[in-house]
Amino acid sequence: MEVRLLGEKRALLVHLFGELDHHTAGEVKEEADRMLRSTNAVSIIFDFTQLSFMDSSGIGMIMGRYKKVRTLGGKVVAYGVNAQIMRIMEMSGIDKIIKLTTDYDRALRILEK
Amino acid sequence: MENRMSLEFDAKSENESFARMTAAAFVASANPTAPELAEIKTAVSEAVTNAIIHGYENSEGIVKMEGKISGKMIEFTVTDEGWGIEDVEKARMPLYTGKPELERSGMGFSIMESFMDNVEIESAPGMGTRIRLVKNLEI
Repeated sequence: MEVRLLGEKRALLVHLFGELDHHTAGEVKEEADRMLRSTNAVSIIFDFTQLSFMDSSGIGMIMGRYKKVRTLGGKVVAYGVNAQIMRIMEMSGIDKIIKLTTDYDRALRILEK
Repeated sequence: MENRMSLEFDAKSENESFARMTAAAFVASANPTAPELAEIKTAVSEAVTNAIIHGYENSEGIVKMEGKISGKMIEFTVTDEGWGIEDVEKARMPLYTGKPELERSGMGFSIMESFMDNVEIESAPGMGTRIRLVKNLEI
């Protein structure tokens, strides 16, 4: 995982790599929350393009971040979600709550809306 | 073709990926499709995570995983000797979680049930939990 601050956009860009499970979700949660506390960011963009696997722990982590940014008046956007992960998102209904799109540029546009 | 495996590991979250990778490598000889393999991996990941978080509540313990291939039937059992589940029917309900403070989604058993053909849970308070996952691969 790699987290970057997009200061002008008041957003965090979280690049997810490999597999997101209970173990790695804990790491993403800690880093994202630390950045939300210490910067001006109110929204999160998750880059799923390099993520090959996710289980329900990932859903819990995204849901938790969604609740956080909602209190800050921000959004959660995710792009590049593969078919396996999309199936899990649809089962949980989280696809109706966060904004999903195909690429980074579109994610930025959603943020600006 | 029939084949079996058995594995014991510490109930540590870093072993979740080890367990599901091992499960995926074991079933590869039965030639699952890519979606079938992803489903098995995900279901095993949910069962093992359940043992670590709910069985042992992130404290010490041993998780046992057994795998079996009989032709096109894949079977995994994941066993812990932890706290056990008081109300199995409730635990199976979508979005129910006994640990909301840990940001659990409550989707674990729903995912296991939708990705596998049969999911059996044997559990009692203080007696640990045994989850049996069965999937019939398409021929």
